[in-house]
Amino acid sequence: MKLGRALLPPLWAFLIAMAAASALILAVGGSPLAVYRLLAAGTWGNGYGIGQVLFKTTPLILTGLSVAVALRGGLFNIGAEGQLTVGAFLTAFVGAHAASLPPVVAIPLALVAGAAGGAFVAAIAGALKAWRGAHEVINTIMLNFIVRALMVGLGARLFEREQIHTAPIALSARLPRLSSWLSALHGSAANASLFLAVAVALFVAWLFARTRIGFRIRAVGLSPAAAAAAGISVPRVQLGTMALSGAIAGLVGANFVLGYKYYYEDGFSGGIGYIGIAVAVLGRARPLGVVLAALVFGTLSQGGLAVNAVVPKEIVDVLTAVIIFAVAAAQPTVRRMLVGKEPAQ
Amino acid sequence: MTDLAPPAEAIGCAHLWKRFGQVVANRDVSLSVMRGEVHAVIGENGAGKSTLMRALYGIEPPDAGSVRIGGEIVARPSVAAAIARKVGMVHQHFMLVPTLTAAENVVLGKEPWLGPFVNRRRAEREVAELSERFGLRVDARRLVSQLSVGEQQRVEILKVLWRGADVLILDEPTAVLTPPEVAELFDVLRGLVADGKTVIVVTHKLDEVLALATRVTVMRRGELVASLDPRATTAPELARAMVGRDLAAAPPRPLFTGESRERLRVEHLTVARDDGSLALDDVSLSVRGGEILGVAGVEGNGQSELALALAGLVATGARARVLVDGHDVAHQSVRVRQELGLGHVPEDRHARGAILEMTVEENVRLGRQEADDSALALACKRILERFDVRPADKSVPMAALSGGNQQKVVVGRELLREPLSVLVAAQPTRGVDVGAIERIHAELAHARVAGKAVLLISADLDELLALCDRIGVLYRGRVAGCVDNEFARRAEVRAEVASLMLGAGT
Amino acid sequence: MIATLLSLGFFAAVVRITVPYALAALGGTLSERSGVINIALEGLLLFGAFSSTIGAWFGHGPVAGVLGGVLGGAALGALYALLVVTLKGDQIVCGVALNLFADGITRFLLKATFDSSSNSPRIDAWGHIGTTLILVTVALVALFHVVLYWTPFGLRLRAVGEHPEAAASLGVHPARIRWAALVLAGAVAGLGGAWLAADQRQFVAGMSNGRGYIALAAMIFGKWRPAWAAAACLLFGLAEALQIVLQASGVGVPAWAVQMLPYVLTMITLAGFIGRAQAPRALGKSD
Repeated sequence: MKLGRALLPPLWAFLIAMAAASALILAVGGSPLAVYRLLAAGTWGNGYGIGQVLFKTTPLILTGLSVAVALRGGLFNIGAEGQLTVGAFLTAFVGAHAASLPPVVAIPLALVAGAAGGAFVAAIAGALKAWRGAHEVINTIMLNFIVRALMVGLGARLFEREQIHTAPIALSARLPRLSSWLSALHGSAANASLFLAVAVALFVAWLFARTRIGFRIRAVGLSPAAAAAAGISVPRVQLGTMALSGAIAGLVGANFVLGYKYYYEDGFSGGIGYIGIAVAVLGRARPLGVVLAALVFGTLSQGGLAVNAVVPKEIVDVLTAVIIFAVAAAQPTVRRMLVGKEPAQ
Repeated sequence: MTDLAPPAEAIGCAHLWKRFGQVVANRDVSLSVMRGEVHAVIGENGAGKSTLMRALYGIEPPDAGSVRIGGEIVARPSVAAAIARKVGMVHQHFMLVPTLTAAENVVLGKEPWLGPFVNRRRAEREVAELSERFGLRVDARRLVSQLSVGEQQRVEILKVLWRGADVLILDEPTAVLTPPEVAELFDVLRGLVADGKTVIVVTHKLDEVLALATRVTVMRRGELVASLDPRATTAPELARAMVGRDLAAAPPRPLFTGESRERLRVEHLTVARDDGSLALDDVSLSVRGGEILGVAGVEGNGQSELALALAGLVATGARARVLVDGHDVAHQSVRVRQELGLGHVPEDRHARGAILEMTVEENVRLGRQEADDSALALACKRILERFDVRPADKSVPMAALSGGNQQKVVVGRELLREPLSVLVAAQPTRGVDVGAIERIHAELAHARVAGKAVLLISADLDELLALCDRIGVLYRGRVAGCVDNEFARRAEVRAEVASLMLGAGT
Repeated sequence: MIATLLSLGFFAAVVRITVPYALAALGGTLSERSGVINIALEGLLLFGAFSSTIGAWFGHGPVAGVLGGVLGGAALGALYALLVVTLKGDQIVCGVALNLFADGITRFLLKATFDSSSNSPRIDAWGHIGTTLILVTVALVALFHVVLYWTPFGLRLRAVGEHPEAAASLGVHPARIRWAALVLAGAVAGLGGAWLAADQRQFVAGMSNGRGYIALAAMIFGKWRPAWAAAACLLFGLAEALQIVLQASGVGVPAWAVQMLPYVLTMITLAGFIGRAQAPRALGKSD
């Protein structure tokens, strides 16, 4: 029954979104059923489709977890976009200079650089929240645009001549494609970073279920005043929560940089930082939920390309938005639900 | 029907019931307030006074029974209906917009117009006239955020008067006022009655009733138990009616031997508010092991800040010293204080004491974060048993427990702390049921016998008289005095403390 | 170079940049003063730009275009009000989703209407609406100030944004006030979108390009006051225009530094380093 109650709002959201999408498809003269069939066939219908879905799911797991971790600590991180940009850029930078290192050193080093970059950007908002009381929502938005401006200026100097991407990373820093083990996925960009994303999800689950740090983050998220009375340093936990959230977002470069294109490219993210908010909300800020929600949005993202010949692929963005609307509206206490266990009576 | 109102009734109700879940807040209450009365409604905390007033004003319509205004039954009680019938209410927690001026707050929702604009001049003039007429001194043009608490209350009364109220309901109007402000408020209320208005005052302070009211209604546990003429009654009689028993019936407290060492010493404790004024001004005190020091005072005189400062939750002045078993912790973190044996039962259970969304076990873990799983399980077991928490299940969410059981968990967590040398308990029995109160009192007394130093901050004078060895009184952030709580001199001690609370010591 | 800065062309450039910022910031001010966070300004601008393009294209004239922008923005504002006021959805989640929605639906409709994934055809029907819109913007800044501080509606709106319970206890309905504020905010931001479309004489996918967030920044930098928010927009517009001139004349002020300015200033303001920025007290609380 408890599971049913947890699943009901997302299910409702899905039905409402389907209805809205069907209306749009009908409005442009298409047949909803044909479109959905096409969408299914282009995603889970063949090996390539599955691989592409997994490829698109990987960064969404990470950004979803990033937003979810912050939410558990009572903070809203809208800045995953900026954090993952800096993280991916640093991952590419380190990866490009790792030619002399073996993969077991080069790959972790590149990932640590990415995590550190994301953590640093998020920590700015975290520190301003913790010690100056400045709203982290606005500050993370502002940081997104500060990062964007920085990448235009500083990043451009490091890009390859006449290109919008950095130099390619060393061979030793590259992650293997999943298709090298599972030939059915041939041609898809799915790579070993999927395991990283799942590992981070397991880590987050363990963090909140078993550790003191996870307990403190939850306590601060639920009641900063009670946490302070219990001897928890609220500012330090807030700073740490934001840094952790940013670090997870900073790992996104593993997928695109280390596993797919092997360089950082301007605008590679395409808004996955923002979709991460949708993933976290639909997944109710729980690691398993986030992974499942990431699969949903990953499927939609790939599915948009599959149906593009019949209806504009942007229908997927509309669908995504409507899902979030429906989840948010179905649960007025969504914020409370995300942070806490169950709403207080 | 027999519910017909007498001819000169201003407001009243018949057979009124109101439940909140399991709790019956008002049980078959019938009340009649005559025109021109100052009608006091008294009772202990939780007796149902505020609920009754909110029902009369239409905020919370009754489950059963009827409300009459001006002799007629209100068909569908609502705030709008009450206002239309010239009833106004001044809430205990002010309903003022801090960024608007006094005059804007008064006219909000019914603004005088000048073309398409608010006629600010007319609003200010009318408010000034009203305040002149009833002696409610307030600068209509100042922002509410810049007004003192007393002035804010006057704005609330002006709001009601400006809307033409003939009946004014004031919920605990003196709780936040200083004695001179209380005297001024009483003058205002007498002036209102002289002007033909009817005033209902909710309070739990007997002396105020005797000083002001022309009629007193006593409530106890949701029921109306007596209606008296204050001129023909005495404070002890009223108290008996309120409490339902003789106050002296409490059992005698074992005597303090006075030989134990000093465990808590506070010197020059100063705490500033946000606006720079001092909430605590150079407070010094000392508590020995095996002693309970009570702290009394009218709300807002620094008690909350004292508890927070001792617990380490607000910054204190540089000169302050807080010695726990000889270690100065005045500028140490909460954690360091806990490790030295300082326990703290926060004043507000919902805001600071517990996290309702977490389980009982997790709430015990709060403040015991270094404990391993087995130590934590043991602590939970001891708390649940010692305090008879129901349900005795550490895995249920705190929200599933009644308020009394939640508080038992919080008090237990702090009292069974290892090590424990000093316990600061702020309003530990506020808003909890009688069974929980008894249990908490017994455990506080037990801690005293076990040699702990207990600082008990309470708004309930009877609680302090029953438990404490000495009672200190805070008045405007200073220690106004300290009285030895000799059991034999109970009545005199009460009188001494009460007069200190009203500023007699300064 | 001095001559360039004093020229009419430079002034025109500043105004051109400022107008959409100012209109969106006015909308943001109104909704936030009523207690509703509005990070959907970006989406409102974008949707307004598209709906005004539809208006101008099918209505064959600037008036239809402006009307399309205002109505489109108001409609999206109403959707936001439905979500966060009536259904009490989380304001930040819904705001983010609304931006996503605006981006998706405009691209979708662009393809459905004009069969292009990047831009609409050139629309000459806009004519010379620019000057009029500038005057309207200036008038709206003044009007918003007057409405917010002088009228009963403004008084109630500010009361609702600070202390909704107090307002409700006097018979003011917070939900109604917030609906009005959000629809008006959508309308005025939609007008800002119309400016973008008219200025470029076409709709381009994603053409709001972060302007809604600059408006958000300006609103905070202006401390939630319409006239000051508009002044902040002018400052940001001036900086941007200056940067373009400097770049053209080869003086080395990096573009990214100027681009960062609004956001950095806003963060400094929020952190309380420039006086106290007191947001409306009830901001973001859904009931």
